[in-house]
Amino acid sequence: MDIKKRAFKRSLWVYHLSGGSCNNCDIEILDCLTPRFDIERFGMVLVGSPRHADVLLCTGIVNKKCVERMREVYDQTAKPCVVVAIGACACSGGIFREGYQMAGPLEKIMPVDVYIPGCPPKPEAMIAGIVKLLEKIK
Amino acid sequence: MNIFFMALYFIAGFILLGVWGLLAMWLERKAAARLQFRVGPPWYQNFADLVKLSGKEMLIPERANSLVFIFAPVVSVLAAAAAGTLILFRAGDAILILYLLAIPSLGAIIGGSSSGNVLAVVGISREIKLLLGYELPFACAVIIPALKSGASTSLAGIVSQQQAGGVFAGSVSGIAGFVIAVFSLQGKIGLVPFDLAEAEGEIATGSQIEYSGILLGLFKLSRAILLAAGPLFVVSLYLGGFNLSSPGAAAAGMLKYLLVLVLMILLKNTNPRLRIDHALRFFWGGLALAGMAAILLAFIGY
Repeated sequence: MDIKKRAFKRSLWVYHLSGGSCNNCDIEILDCLTPRFDIERFGMVLVGSPRHADVLLCTGIVNKKCVERMREVYDQTAKPCVVVAIGACACSGGIFREGYQMAGPLEKIMPVDVYIPGCPPKPEAMIAGIVKLLEKIK
Repeated sequence: MNIFFMALYFIAGFILLGVWGLLAMWLERKAAARLQFRVGPPWYQNFADLVKLSGKEMLIPERANSLVFIFAPVVSVLAAAAAGTLILFRAGDAILILYLLAIPSLGAIIGGSSSGNVLAVVGISREIKLLLGYELPFACAVIIPALKSGASTSLAGIVSQQQAGGVFAGSVSGIAGFVIAVFSLQGKIGLVPFDLAEAEGEIATGSQIEYSGILLGLFKLSRAILLAAGPLFVVSLYLGGFNLSSPGAAAAGMLKYLLVLVLMILLKNTNPRLRIDHALRFFWGGLALAGMAAILLAFIGY
């Protein structure tokens, strides 16, 4: 495995992208940064701009207002990047599957690498998902 | 000294300061983590970040002026390394170093303004105001040691004066100058009370918002080098410098460096971010006046 891939695995910068979520998944994402879980141990930090991001954490059903914006953010992200669908809504539509605003789920908008279901998923589940992702990268 | 040896010195200084600065940045992150009861990143974290950034795609926005956009981070990192090398080999003049240390901020300003992003413009407007703010007290803090060493601005002269007759931080004006230098350096490097130019939560890293890949890595590297060179500059000006003649002397120099660095990390972790008008009032109102008073004290011999 070459050094750039190893470095990539040790330093995932995360950009948090909400596609009309109810805020539950977003709060659970922030839980990962608290002293109890502390994902900075693994080099993951939250960044403010998609240009800096390696991972797009997407939450929420993608509603019709969000589609264009989410595509735009995906295009703006510097590749290689990884897309993670967080929560039941982003994975499948969840309870809003039949909703009039539903334009998702996320896999219709951009290629998704990891699905982390749950309403909301626990921080442990997110960390487990990221670990599986890291195994996939090599 | 011919140009070949100068280039050799520069490359050696660049590599040494780069590694040193990335380790100092790790210390900064680790200390912040420990103060928040977290574990924090491993020691090689910043090296991994830099290698990863070098492997990423380099995006240049459509509205950007691509030449300026690419050269701004290169100029910042080279200027920071040049200043650091002069401090490290104690070769330069304090005023030249003061001038070179301002260029990384100017690079961020020019790069941000060429990227054509609105949030970057907010960031650079803050960066310009901060630059105007901290340069005045920092200049005061450079004048005091120059006065004390008999109007000599050469770094070697200032250090040898201290090694002969006691460190400058032992006098009243020296202590004041030391405190002023540490605060201005905090603003220069953009550590927390004065990180409003790249405030992550509100303007998404300000001037660096459009940078990606290795260009962003160069900005990180220039900040890392400043984190190594800045405290070393203060150590040279006020704490008697460092010399590598014996292991004991080298360890003492390292301890002085760590003292300044830890002071800055503690300032970072115990203060919230200031608003731009508060920061300016602090630099121009409090710190610059204190700096001028300290210069007067140094002039009459205290």
